Amino acid sequence: MSQTSGATPTTMALNNTDAAAQTIPPPARTIPMQVAAPARIRQVLINTSLLAIGAAFLLPLLWLLLAAFNPHATASLSAPRFSLHNFHYALQSGAGGAIFNSLYLAGVSTVVTTVFSTLAGYGLSRRRVPFKGVILIGVLFLSALPVTMLIIPTYQMFVTFGWLNSPFYTSLVLGATALPFAVWLLKNFIDQVPREFEEAAAAEGANELRILWRVIVPLALPGILVSAILTFINSWGSFVIPLILDANPGESPAAVGIYQFMSANGQVQFGPLAAYGLLFSIPVIILYVISSRWLSGGFSFAGG
Amino acid sequence: MTASTGSFGSPSLAVRPAERDDADRLRLSTFAWVSPAAVLVGVFFLAPICYALYLGFTNLELLGPHASSYSFTGLANIQRMVHDPVFWKSVWLTVVFVVGSGIIAQTILGLVLALLGQRAHVSVRISVGALVVLAWVLPEVCVAFMWYAFGQAGGLLSQIVGHPGTNLLSSVPLLIVCVANAWRGTAFSMLVLSAGLRNVPSEVDEAAQLEGASYLRRLFQVTLPIIRPTLMTNMLLITLGTIGDFTLIFAMTQGGPGNDTAILPVYMYIEAFQFNELGYGAAIALALIVLGALLSVLYIRQLRPELRRAGNP
Repeated sequence: MSQTSGATPTTMALNNTDAAAQTIPPPARTIPMQVAAPARIRQVLINTSLLAIGAAFLLPLLWLLLAAFNPHATASLSAPRFSLHNFHYALQSGAGGAIFNSLYLAGVSTVVTTVFSTLAGYGLSRRRVPFKGVILIGVLFLSALPVTMLIIPTYQMFVTFGWLNSPFYTSLVLGATALPFAVWLLKNFIDQVPREFEEAAAAEGANELRILWRVIVPLALPGILVSAILTFINSWGSFVIPLILDANPGESPAAVGIYQFMSANGQVQFGPLAAYGLLFSIPVIILYVISSRWLSGGFSFAGG
Repeated sequence: MTASTGSFGSPSLAVRPAERDDADRLRLSTFAWVSPAAVLVGVFFLAPICYALYLGFTNLELLGPHASSYSFTGLANIQRMVHDPVFWKSVWLTVVFVVGSGIIAQTILGLVLALLGQRAHVSVRISVGALVVLAWVLPEVCVAFMWYAFGQAGGLLSQIVGHPGTNLLSSVPLLIVCVANAWRGTAFSMLVLSAGLRNVPSEVDEAAQLEGASYLRRLFQVTLPIIRPTLMTNMLLITLGTIGDFTLIFAMTQGGPGNDTAILPVYMYIEAFQFNELGYGAAIALALIVLGALLSVLYIRQLRPELRRAGNP
């Protein structure tokens, strides 16, 4: 980083990638000196256009932040008049309970998915499983399927078995829809754990559960955490499944709560809604920041 | 473990093959590892898929006499679908939404961000990247609310485009939901394509540069062909992610005004839960599952080399 920021315009022209800048010092001799001035202009252009795109992403986020603290917020950007009134109003309108419900749904589905996918990932990675190839293709297939499309049969199933409006069963649906991707992710992570440790533990007489808990889980922990955090973020934001399966008033998660708050009274109250949205977003932002260290590893799977 | 006790007296030479047999043998305990996940996916994922295959061919309704005593109606739903102009409009809207806001906007914007980020100052790249990712991490309902607000008369977007008095969500609703979806989803392409660009060996580009090839020529004839597999995977994943998208549009417009933003998932919801036609809704869902399944097969074919490696460790 310090290398790049301290670089002269001549070396800048050569820094095609930041990765290259960090590892290989650019050979300055290949570029004649007169290139330096246009290269500097180009550098300014590149940074300016990136910043311009960044501004388009910043503006809506800035609006959300300012509107949340502005008791007279409108749909347009306005000068901040700092007040916590909106948060007060949102919490009085049930935001607290809804966020608690979100926590329950996302928490249960994350625990279930993470435990089950670790077990299955271990089994698929280490054991002989009949039709393993077919199962793995099926897992990948399911993880890519648009889940929203299953809401009608799932609803009818819930009607038949009397599971409607049960937060627990709703969270199981959320967990099941997250499972295929989690299994795929964890099978790949556990594949990378060397087998020698297990063999050593087995030689000392450790049973299989102990090996999983004491050897595999610690070594695959980054992968397990990534999978858990992705599941949590997904379940936290899920909307249509709780909207239909868990519709009891007072039991809805915040995603549904915000929607109902939007459409409740003819006049949309931008300030309280922005505060509600901010409260609802903060947990996933924090989780994302915590996990961003490992997420790049997770993305290389999707990136192929 | 039985193998090692059995070969207790023999030298380590004998233990090796015995252990390998152990790993290859199908063991009952394997089912204990895999079955919790299998049962959960079976009950709450596979069963609904199979159930949809049946419900799509029934006259099931949300309320009324056909709510409890529904019956198999053969191809009636399919027939209705073929003659339903709203369905075909919905298919068209889905295609525009997926191709416009997903494949074109997100891929191009993501690629531009990745390319600019490669050459920009580190601090600029990191801060802009963080903003783009933040837009992606925010819950979808929250994004829907934000863009709903901006499209209103007097909203941020209406002011920026110079029509502060217009409600953009009623004059150009499809455009606004597309912009919102592109804003929200670009981070994924940016991350995937940045990773792809990092894997392009810099020597290739430098060689072309020494030959005097212009930047655009190098981009289209060197860089993009190299990251083509990544680009393809990225587009497929975006398509699969966008095609089933419900929350963003539903929370912003509920499919309206009229049916002008009712892409297939939204139309399915409207038919099933607002017009009580669960059977017809399930048939619409089936149409989309079939479409999604075809795309998933394409995706799996893209990942085949990786899959082959995973299959035989």
